[in-house]
Amino acid sequence: MHSFGYRANALLTFAVTILAFMCTLASFSDNFNSPTPTAQVKVLNINWFQKQPNGNDEVSMTLNISADLQTLFTWNTKQVFVFVAAEYETPKNSLNQISLWDGIIPSKEHAKFWIHTSNKYRFIDQGSNLRGKEFNLTMHWHVMPKTGKMFADKIVMPGYRLPEEYR
Amino acid sequence: MDWQGQKVAEQLMQIMLLGFAAIAFATGYIMGSFQMMIYIYAGGVVLTTLVTVPNWPFFNRHPLKWLDPSEVEKHPKPQQSVNANSKKKPTKK
Repeated sequence: MHSFGYRANALLTFAVTILAFMCTLASFSDNFNSPTPTAQVKVLNINWFQKQPNGNDEVSMTLNISADLQTLFTWNTKQVFVFVAAEYETPKNSLNQISLWDGIIPSKEHAKFWIHTSNKYRFIDQGSNLRGKEFNLTMHWHVMPKTGKMFADKIVMPGYRLPEEYR
Repeated sequence: MDWQGQKVAEQLMQIMLLGFAAIAFATGYIMGSFQMMIYIYAGGVVLTTLVTVPNWPFFNRHPLKWLDPSEVEKHPKPQQSVNANSKKKPTKK
């Protein structure tokens, strides 16, 4: 501590160490938040449903997605990535996940939303298994904190069924 | 900066930084604003730097009192040359 440089160095080192500790505490404080998000997805219409020339089924649908993810946000939340996936089982794969829509929620004010949209990404099966197929629509989200590790969760909404015939 | 000043500067630096960190974290958590925590802490670091890093007169209140040069003649260093010579002579023989 005898010279300007030594004092500046000691101060900076200690200040950064404390900053790291504060960030750790901020990340730890997220554990006290118990989120209660809600989500509903309605399939308003099957726009078309066909077999591609290569044999894969493809379906286009209109969705109404509404969700309230406000409780996911804490003071340490940077943003939330959310996507809606169709999940179903086929003889070949025990779990197929197809992302139909996604979005980035930048703040708590935008976390309660509803959107009326056709599927943003194409709903194509690996094969021809979609006729009359029961599927789940699952809302997944990944919370990106300002400091600390990301965490993810989902809401599974079962009980959707595709038509028996192409249209 | 004298010895006493160095001790005070180091203690002041640690106490001020920890204090600002506690205030910043509490304020940020209560207001729900991470940004506020960072701003308060950054302000605290700048203030602490200004207080403890420059060599303020405050840190020089206890200057070392060196002995007057005339004291050297009054208290001569113990002469070791006699001992050294007597020890080295046997090895040379």
